[in-house]
Amino acid sequence: MRSQLRPAIVMMLLMTVLTGMIYPAVVTGIAQGLFPHRANGSLIVEKGQVVGSELIGQNFTRPEYFHPRPSAAGAGYDATASGGSNLGPASRVLAARVDSISAALHRENPDVPVPIDLVTTSASGLDPDITPAAAEFQAPRIASARKLPLERVRELIAATTEDRQLGVLGEPRVNVLLLNRALDAVNR
Amino acid sequence: MTGNGILQILLFFGLILLVTRPLGNYMADVFNGGKTFLDRIIGPVERLIYRLCGVDPEQEQHWTTYTVAMILFNVAGMFLLYGLQRLQHLLPFNPGALGAPTADLSFNTAVSFVTNTNWQAYSGESTLGYAVQMLGLTVQNFVSAATGIAIAIALTRGFARHSANTLGNFWVDMVRATLRVLLPVSLLLAIVLVWQGVPQNLSPYTRATTVEGTVQTIAQGPVASQEAIKMFGTNGGGFFNANSAHPYENPTPLTNMLEMVALFAIAAGLTYTFGSMVGNTRQGWTLFAVMSLLFFMGIGLAYPSETNVHPAVAGAGVDITASDRQAGGNMEGKEVRFGIANSALFATVTTDASCGAVNSMHDSFTPLGGMVPLINMELGEVIFGGVGAGMYGILLFAILTVFIAGLMVGRTPEYLGKKIEAREMKMTVLAIVLILPLSILGFTALAAIHPDGIKGPLNAGPHGFSEILYAYVSATANNGSAFAGLSANTPFYNLTIGLAMLIGRFLFIIPAMAVAGSLVRKKVVPPSPGTFPTTGPLWVGLLAGVILIVGGLTFFPALSLGPIVEHLLMNAGKLF
Repeated sequence: MRSQLRPAIVMMLLMTVLTGMIYPAVVTGIAQGLFPHRANGSLIVEKGQVVGSELIGQNFTRPEYFHPRPSAAGAGYDATASGGSNLGPASRVLAARVDSISAALHRENPDVPVPIDLVTTSASGLDPDITPAAAEFQAPRIASARKLPLERVRELIAATTEDRQLGVLGEPRVNVLLLNRALDAVNR
Repeated sequence: MTGNGILQILLFFGLILLVTRPLGNYMADVFNGGKTFLDRIIGPVERLIYRLCGVDPEQEQHWTTYTVAMILFNVAGMFLLYGLQRLQHLLPFNPGALGAPTADLSFNTAVSFVTNTNWQAYSGESTLGYAVQMLGLTVQNFVSAATGIAIAIALTRGFARHSANTLGNFWVDMVRATLRVLLPVSLLLAIVLVWQGVPQNLSPYTRATTVEGTVQTIAQGPVASQEAIKMFGTNGGGFFNANSAHPYENPTPLTNMLEMVALFAIAAGLTYTFGSMVGNTRQGWTLFAVMSLLFFMGIGLAYPSETNVHPAVAGAGVDITASDRQAGGNMEGKEVRFGIANSALFATVTTDASCGAVNSMHDSFTPLGGMVPLINMELGEVIFGGVGAGMYGILLFAILTVFIAGLMVGRTPEYLGKKIEAREMKMTVLAIVLILPLSILGFTALAAIHPDGIKGPLNAGPHGFSEILYAYVSATANNGSAFAGLSANTPFYNLTIGLAMLIGRFLFIIPAMAVAGSLVRKKVVPPSPGTFPTTGPLWVGLLAGVILIVGGLTFFPALSLGPIVEHLLMNAGKLF
């Protein structure tokens, strides 16, 4: 037993150096060299100011912007407190939330059923995307708030929609931050 | 369910089929001490490590020495990780100036990462600085996985060798698993992840002024290096609280697919390594087939279940139909880029393998969708399983199955030419029939009546019970995923869950090593016409059946109090 004690301690320290220092340092070096934009969080910078990250959802509440999904991260889109609601499928709280958001959304667009992603929180609370259906649903509100033709808004949605990756992977999606920036670029 | 969803599931399985043989072959070479293409770079490093540790790589170990070495190494890791956390406020690379976690939380996390469980009672971005994430967690991600692989290889040698006394050298197996298997593949995956958007930096959290003018602080860090080994090592401990659902851990559908493949790859490869080392690759493919069968049963239930929601939700004027404009279904706790198919698939895969990374919140799954992860873990994490752990787990089930088959026909059971006798059976039954259920059901029962336990669940009704049950299943099975509504960062839960993780890991490994030690001494019995064949469809059905029946009989009562009754009540329109 004692003969294995020294290897146990020295080995743990050596592995710490190898996999805890050298390995992350090598990955950091290669990452910063090859993909600096990605390695630093895919940040969007405008006039020297960080506006956000294209990968991290941020909140929009004004009528002239597309709204993201409800968020359970902190007080909403808190990118230091990611997480979901963890409400169970038969939760009264969940059903009440779905009901109230759905009712509010129906007031702006009464004819169409609300896409499920607009009334549910994501797993991370930082989902940068909404479904094309959810963008479509909000289009009339955007068009009237910005006094744009509905067709123009739809074109922007179509241009921002990402199809399944490599044609098969994942689901079609619309990045809310990129779509809203495209909207602002039109009005400017 | 959509055609595309089914296609993605089949594509995932196709990729696993594709990597199993090359990876398995490579690992067989590595652990047989043969020549591999990385010898020139890694050989000198290994020799230096052995010299500094005072290990003679040529000297093989008896099963007891092998086990003692493994335990001492893990204990050293536990102390180191506990110490690093408690001294966090003194360490560099802590831009958020995060303080030291409490003693009970640090104990829980140290046990969690050393046992390859990666249960997280803390939330990553607000609790641990970069130093602890790298020096503590990333290191344990490597060496706990390497420990699992080493044990699986030792047990494999127990079958492969005969009339011998030793099972290899723990230090050599562990070092080879780390340097020649885990490090190279993780390095590759980490770079691909960065290319797709996973950050890798040591900068402080970014302060952004959003389009609407509010301030958003964005947590980042050395994510990619930890993410890669988190998947390959079936660890599952996220850099961030939201784990692989966080867009920085899993930014695109491609990273999602690669993470799932990484999660199964080594465990799948080890089935081939096993077949190759015992001299009959069909034996390995047979185990692969059993695992695949159980995998498809899981996803076959989880995927359709997640296309449903509670009648009260469906009746609230929302659209849950799948189309090319939306994934539809139960999107609570799921990300748009993954939709239903990839969330159900990830949940199945991560609980088949004892990984525990999540790309969706299992707590918000439908009752039956959430029961699949529970069942997967309750079966002992043998559906590919944790790296190494799945292999030694299913081998114990194979021993149990030949024993039961032997009883039916009245012959002494054999597996791979080794007679299975009283000692092996005692150890097997101890590990899979006694210790696992005792830990899971015992702790669940305790938490369900103890005042500190009852305070835990977020949800009311049967789902609250499921949250408690899930915690102890996940801990004992060394999975680490959670019904995360449970408030688990309390002394009661940190302590009991910590114990469940220790029991599930070491009280499983020690009997498995005892079996290996007793098998390696046996002579090989030449196959006779009466030998029960352990390849082919009959054996696949029998082994899968035994796994399901043992798991089913043991846990059905608990499941019926949780997800099953919840399913019935939900369809009757009941809310809690």
